[in-house]
Amino acid sequence: MIYREAGQFKTTYGADQAVFPVAQDRVVVAAAVVAAFVVPPLVASEYWLQAVLIPFLVYALAAIGLNLLTGYAGQLSLGTGGFMAVGAYSAFKLATAFPHLNIIVVFLLSGLVAAGVGLLFGIPSLRIKGFYLAVATLASQFFLIWLFNKVAWFTNYASSGTITAPDRTLFGALVTGPNSTAAARYLLALGLVAVFAVVAKNLVRGRVGRSWMAIRDRDIAAEIIGVRPLRTKLLAFGISSFYCGVAGAGLVFLYLGSAETLAFDISISFLVLFMVIIGGLGSILGSFLGAAFIVLVPIVLSNAPHAVGLRLPVALQKQFELMVFGGLIIFFLIVEPRGLARLWQITKEKLRLWPFPH
Amino acid sequence: MRLRRIWIALLAALVVTAPMLAAGQPKELFIPLLVYRTGPYAPSGIPIADGFVDYFTLLNERDGGINGVKVAWEECETQYDNKQGVECYERLKGKSPVLVNPYSTAITYSLIPKAPVDKVVVFSMGYGMSASSDGRWFPWVFNFPTNYWSQASAVIRYIGQQEGGLEKLKAKKIAHIFHNSAYGREANPTLEELARKYQFELTLLAVDNPGQEQKATWLQVRRLNPDWIFMSGWGVMNQVAVKEAASVGFKMDHLIGNWWSANDSDVVPAGEGAKGYKGATFHAPGTNFKVHADLLKFVYDKGKGSAKKEDLGAPLYNRGLVNAMLAAEAIRTAMAKFGNKPLSGEQVRWGFENLNLTEQRLEQVGMKNFTHPVKVSCEDHEGSGPVLIQQWDGKKWTVVSDWIAPMRDVVRPKIEAAAVEESKKLGYTMRDCAKEK
Repeated sequence: MIYREAGQFKTTYGADQAVFPVAQDRVVVAAAVVAAFVVPPLVASEYWLQAVLIPFLVYALAAIGLNLLTGYAGQLSLGTGGFMAVGAYSAFKLATAFPHLNIIVVFLLSGLVAAGVGLLFGIPSLRIKGFYLAVATLASQFFLIWLFNKVAWFTNYASSGTITAPDRTLFGALVTGPNSTAAARYLLALGLVAVFAVVAKNLVRGRVGRSWMAIRDRDIAAEIIGVRPLRTKLLAFGISSFYCGVAGAGLVFLYLGSAETLAFDISISFLVLFMVIIGGLGSILGSFLGAAFIVLVPIVLSNAPHAVGLRLPVALQKQFELMVFGGLIIFFLIVEPRGLARLWQITKEKLRLWPFPH
Repeated sequence: MRLRRIWIALLAALVVTAPMLAAGQPKELFIPLLVYRTGPYAPSGIPIADGFVDYFTLLNERDGGINGVKVAWEECETQYDNKQGVECYERLKGKSPVLVNPYSTAITYSLIPKAPVDKVVVFSMGYGMSASSDGRWFPWVFNFPTNYWSQASAVIRYIGQQEGGLEKLKAKKIAHIFHNSAYGREANPTLEELARKYQFELTLLAVDNPGQEQKATWLQVRRLNPDWIFMSGWGVMNQVAVKEAASVGFKMDHLIGNWWSANDSDVVPAGEGAKGYKGATFHAPGTNFKVHADLLKFVYDKGKGSAKKEDLGAPLYNRGLVNAMLAAEAIRTAMAKFGNKPLSGEQVRWGFENLNLTEQRLEQVGMKNFTHPVKVSCEDHEGSGPVLIQQWDGKKWTVVSDWIAPMRDVVRPKIEAAAVEESKKLGYTMRDCAKEK
């Protein structure tokens, strides 16, 4: 009943091919986006913005990037952390070398640099597939981190090897650096994520996305019908790395404020991969759900004992948190192997019939 | 079905409300403790956290707090991870802390830019950014009693003493094995400068996080056959390194760990092989001090201790005690000016900057001969305190050197130059110390 599509007629091809063909979806998504822009900066405390929402947005962007590559084009990658590091370090180099460059341009350019690196490391994907490709991308992860550790030029010869986000303004307001407010950084992150999510959504339902899916489902068949594997796979690597690069720049500039290579180590690559798997392979919504799950659940679990007045030793609490978190991942994968996005889809179908089960 | 729905609703409610709960107005001094009691850094993280908590428990139990104001603290598990550390800091910031001990150089780097904005003192005792020792540029950051650069120079001075004079260092081979992170790299610039000055051959060998895999490093050590090794390790890296050193047959008394690499937990796993291993420190090991007797009497006999009784006196446990004592004395200094009440971050900052910990005061707090006096000033947030070398004899640590002064003539100009560099990144301006007071 809530989801009643009866009576919504589509009279043009355009209407039929819309991103959200159902009116309720359009309303809900539009309301959610407006709410995301308006409510948190007004209501949320700094802790919520800084420690929960900003990392959620940054990781969501990275998860979208990886989802394009792994979920849509079917190329398993463990190099996400490395590509994020490329984005972060190039953003740092660009911002410090050209102090007057607009911060948005810095983010986009660092995304492009990451895309270039992604193209380079995507070349092996033409010959190797599946787990073997994962190992090849793992090499890129370790090589890139090693490079940033080894070459002091990337950190402007800082003795500690740490990069720090400088103060930069956008429309007259500070949006990066230690003096910027969490709300400003949140809005910039949200703006970036909103725009790139729309771009991604449109990419995957157009020619590019369809050729990715064709490659994913059966590469030989795709080749026979005229999809060029070289271009398609490399494009997937490039665009995915672009997203990861922007996310990496966001990680340092909008979230952490300063970082060293440890912030981009292999665990990040796995974390983002888990987001994609738990959220749902081949789903933009799934990237958000997966990022929310991975970012929020540990924070909730670490706050939960306090909230109910339970004082546990921190070590015990951490172990408890890891166990519950692991258990939840297994639970969700058993209940719905196709991810949280699929759960949402099922919910929608149920809502369509509600309150009459059949 | 209905039950399930209720469960879902309850879970959802918990998810939404849990982190929103905030604390009320302070009646006590709140000190957030970023600790790591789990993960690969737990061997180092547990004793230091225990020492810190025990000292504050002692203050509360014995003296009723600092000048009658109770100390409150809350631990937050960071796993030595930058992101979790920032999350912890943001969570505990809501409880109006007066100072923060990040216990991690990487987290310190993340918190330094926030300190002046949030008005929270960053007290990175003997770690963190060496450049922040220049208080003119970094008013909110303190790393006394001494920093990594001073320590590196003191260790080189010690090696010189052992070789019969600093001029004998010429053409000697010294390797620095370091944790490949902001922390481990910190000593490198000073070592490089000293290598130029005294013309020894310096080799820098990085060990990647978390440091369980060091075969390649020690293969290089074997090939290189250095005369001395200086090590900046942390967590599980230390015990692996000590074991590897023993197994390649390196002379253990020529392997010197920095003050974060010389704890009981680092040498015990290597057994007999660790005998002779040396480490730097700025306080004595062991329990032969009044403060330990007080701890046993007021804390452990009441069952309020956080460590096992036999773990008291381990170097890192004692480090926690020193850290807590220095923080408490800084707060006491601030109270002398602002009154015995819960203080603001700015007031505590004043206390840190005007801390003058004398020999008499050390005796009063039961730490005579335990550590050395510290005097902090507006220009100097480090104090360039001297360093001791301790040695593991297979059962316990013994101090084997006198207090070794760092080479302030080398280190201080480097600090001032680095402070300008680092502040430029943050857009700071230098304050005029003549106008403070």
